[in-house]
Amino acid sequence: MNNTETIKGWDIVIEPKNSLFSLNLKDVWRYRDLLQLLVKRDFISIYKQTILGPLWFFIQPLLTTAMYLLIFNKVANLSTDDVPPLLFYLAGITCWNYFSETLTKTSDTFITNASIFGKVYFPRLIIPLSIVFSSLIRLVIQFALFMIFWVYYIYQGAVQPNMYVLLFPVLLLMMAALGLGLGIIFSSLTTKYRDLRFLLSFGIQLLMFATPVVYPLSLAPEKYKWLIVANPFTAIIETFRYGFLGKGELNWMYLTYSAAATFIILIIGILLFNKVEKNFMDTV
Amino acid sequence: MSNYAVEIENVSKLYRLGEVGTGTISHDINRWWKRIRGKEDPYLKLGQDNKREEKGGQYVWALKDVNFNVEKGQVLGIIGKNGAGKSTLLKLLSRVTAPTTGHIKAKGRIASLLEVGTGFHPELTGRENVFLNGAILGMTKQEIRRKFDEIVDFSGVEKYIDTPVKRYSSGMYVRLAFGVAAHLESEILIVDEVLAVGDAEFQAKCLDKMGSVSHGEGRTVLFVSHNMGAVKNLCDSSVLMERGTVKSSGNTSEIIEQYLSGDSDVERFKIWKGNERPGDENVRLNKIQVVDKNGRFDNSITTNDDVTIEIHYDIFKEVKDLRIVANVMSYDGGEVFTTSDFNYQHSNRVRTPGTYVSKFTIPARILTSMKYHISVDIDIPMVQAIVMSQLVSFSVEELIFNELGLTLASRPSGVIHPVYPWSVEKTN
Repeated sequence: MNNTETIKGWDIVIEPKNSLFSLNLKDVWRYRDLLQLLVKRDFISIYKQTILGPLWFFIQPLLTTAMYLLIFNKVANLSTDDVPPLLFYLAGITCWNYFSETLTKTSDTFITNASIFGKVYFPRLIIPLSIVFSSLIRLVIQFALFMIFWVYYIYQGAVQPNMYVLLFPVLLLMMAALGLGLGIIFSSLTTKYRDLRFLLSFGIQLLMFATPVVYPLSLAPEKYKWLIVANPFTAIIETFRYGFLGKGELNWMYLTYSAAATFIILIIGILLFNKVEKNFMDTV
Repeated sequence: MSNYAVEIENVSKLYRLGEVGTGTISHDINRWWKRIRGKEDPYLKLGQDNKREEKGGQYVWALKDVNFNVEKGQVLGIIGKNGAGKSTLLKLLSRVTAPTTGHIKAKGRIASLLEVGTGFHPELTGRENVFLNGAILGMTKQEIRRKFDEIVDFSGVEKYIDTPVKRYSSGMYVRLAFGVAAHLESEILIVDEVLAVGDAEFQAKCLDKMGSVSHGEGRTVLFVSHNMGAVKNLCDSSVLMERGTVKSSGNTSEIIEQYLSGDSDVERFKIWKGNERPGDENVRLNKIQVVDKNGRFDNSITTNDDVTIEIHYDIFKEVKDLRIVANVMSYDGGEVFTTSDFNYQHSNRVRTPGTYVSKFTIPARILTSMKYHISVDIDIPMVQAIVMSQLVSFSVEELIFNELGLTLASRPSGVIHPVYPWSVEKTN
């Protein structure tokens, strides 16, 4: 509406298009109870009717770690920078799982929730946000597992953490923002072009190898290092390992770049999402 | 400042038909290219009027220049045939999708009962689902907590409130879901066909609740239904929609009368062919006809004739508890009576695949001389509505013998005119 006179006295004005920056964050805040209940629902429903229940949170990363140990460490003989391989992989997997889970699940927002979205209005951004928080619960549990091994290895004297451990909350925020940002970009585009879904599941696998998850950055050939550093997740994971394991690379320039890229991706994501959410029911 | 709760101004909605696949990218690019040069969207012109029978055209106007206002505290009925744009209008109002042009303004929160039970998760308990569903519908936890006992009481599932809803019967499920929705604290409530499910007692409870919502609590209600009786009972005024536009609006009785009689499609028989037959993959309606005792539907019916209503349908897959319901209405939509082939039999009746006819006869000398409409529904009670509100209608003429011989009588008052064998005795 150009003319504010007419809006006066009305609580809701339904118009053809959202203006680019009417983000409606106030509405998101008003629905915070829904966010909390959705997180609770996800947590309760995932492991209902499984025998081991939440134990799966532990089993998954442990099995993956064991597999990486075997393939990348024993067979391929990739170095882990003198860090105990078990801890090295577990650190990578914990961070990567959080990011990739957030990304994959948010990218499906519109398609998996089409039936709800087709019936009631609530700020659509609530759904991807709830995914960020549900994945966070899983991260906390997996992080606790990592801590157990970590404390054990510190006691053994195999790793020397340093004060950059304190950067962890910042890193966590960046991982969440990056996963969310990329996820909602994909979710906005997949409402019309489903092909992207296939691209994404394949892309995430590729991205993992373009990120120092199973190898340290120091191992990257000089020629391709720029490519790996251009990936905003690289600095996050390297900084994480530098703080907790005392090995790896803490490069403030990389980290600043990564933060800036994350921020831009998140903003693009929110703007795209905002543009799509009003009319996606017509195309999904 | 006006006293309207909702203002709808020049609202139109364009839909693209068919698959979204090849062509969308080129359309998108074309549209974008036109827009950056400041030109009009080229695809807006392609839209055709919403006539489902006509083929051709990739875009269709589901709504075209709709204008009307709803006063605060009013219960407005929205009626019209399938495809008239009622559901699209409600979707816009409930902000599920946005209009192509025009705008809607509203005072207060809008809550919709487009379909109850949205977001119910089978693994969660009744209690958990009440909270989740309430929050999806826009309530805060505090509001739900305050209403919780009322909701449980209304739906009558106290005993099972801590059981996962996947163990609920479909009736319990619907009752709980409707309970949450009915206790929403919103200034504007949108209701669409929720009354298609549930037993008669529960339906009455829902209608009652909706009446109190508007009259007692001063909330504004928009009610879309094929059930003319319910519309007539609840709504003071109504809007008749046809092909995406508002055809007329005003007093409910007049609007219903216009809807039922103004439609030349409504005749003594209706036949459908192929995929146009109403129904789903299990049951399809072939024909409804109103015949006399000789099976004819083309001669006039008088008050001295038996009137038989035949509903012909095919069953493709074995179904349980299928019910054919006929709602007999007077010319203005008032209910005369409702009857079904369920006949209070035990449940779990099975009908095997085949072609069926369900029929009933209204004996002579019961109806009066007026136009009647019969609305036929096929459903599985409390589970699924398969066919809704297929209309046929017929007129009855009353013939009497008087000094002029056999003549047409003037219409007596009332919606039926049974002839009883009165006796007259002198008792002193």
